[in-house]
Amino acid sequence: MIEIGLGHYLVLGAVIFALGMIGIFLNRKNVIVILMSIELILLAVNINLVSFSIFLQDIVGQVFTMLILTVAAAEAAIGLAIIVVYYRNKGSIRVEEINQMKG
Amino acid sequence: MIAHAIFFYFFSVIAILSAIMVVVSRNTVHAVFFLILDFVSIGCLFIMVGAEFLGMMMLIVYVGAVAVLFLFVVMIMNVSEQKLSWLRGSKKSNHIPVGLVISIVILLELIIVVGGWKYKGDFLNTRSFNLDGGITNTHQLGNVMYTEYIHLFQISGIILLLSMIGAIVLTYRKREGVKRQNYFEQISREREDSVELMDVNFKEGVKIDD
Repeated sequence: MIEIGLGHYLVLGAVIFALGMIGIFLNRKNVIVILMSIELILLAVNINLVSFSIFLQDIVGQVFTMLILTVAAAEAAIGLAIIVVYYRNKGSIRVEEINQMKG
Repeated sequence: MIAHAIFFYFFSVIAILSAIMVVVSRNTVHAVFFLILDFVSIGCLFIMVGAEFLGMMMLIVYVGAVAVLFLFVVMIMNVSEQKLSWLRGSKKSNHIPVGLVISIVILLELIIVVGGWKYKGDFLNTRSFNLDGGITNTHQLGNVMYTEYIHLFQISGIILLLSMIGAIVLTYRKREGVKRQNYFEQISREREDSVELMDVNFKEGVKIDD
């Protein structure tokens, strides 16, 4: 317990990843919370990459973490733009009411 | 080593609790605040473990840009008070038990994978850029990112440019009654379009706005 190793960080990443999954599955009301759950999942991926990079003494993991940070920012911008356009057209972003495509 | 353990448990407990609060919080604004707390504590963990540059990037990119963007959109759209009904059990929704089972299974799988991680000795001899311990983390990252991974760097720049253009194109709309500048019309005006010479009679003047 006292000796913090790679496993501790990986468990932390796994827990946050699972919380993000739960947020996506259980949320039935608000699309913005789904986007936040996606951010949590990407954060968990970042934790995994950084901890491997540190414990394996290889800097490349941190380079890829930078790429994931970029992609997360781009995804948040595009997703929020889509949500704003949808809200402007429909007046609501409740998940239950987004069923136009009958998927 | 004991300080490392104390800090790790402190930050990770905060991170996990705030992640839970992001998911279950009824007010979306509160959820964004907990998301910020989560990013900050993970950034602290990164700094503590030795990836200082990424910890700072975490603060700048996530807290400074992404979370503020979320907050902005939530407050613009006035959707913060929509209740999350799944805690009280909506009758129509069958997704909750399935989602719970899938999430728990994924968590168990990840933990099992981590538990089986005992072959890391085989990976320690792979190609390593990090051998020089005398330079800072930012220096190491810059050494690698601008030389070996320059294409990755440029691709991430292109991704950011595309997302910027995409967001502008998605949210742009033409409004009625807004006067805009048209540079081409301004530049291509001729003298004959705007200047008119008139003969002015004595003591009568000229009426210009007829």
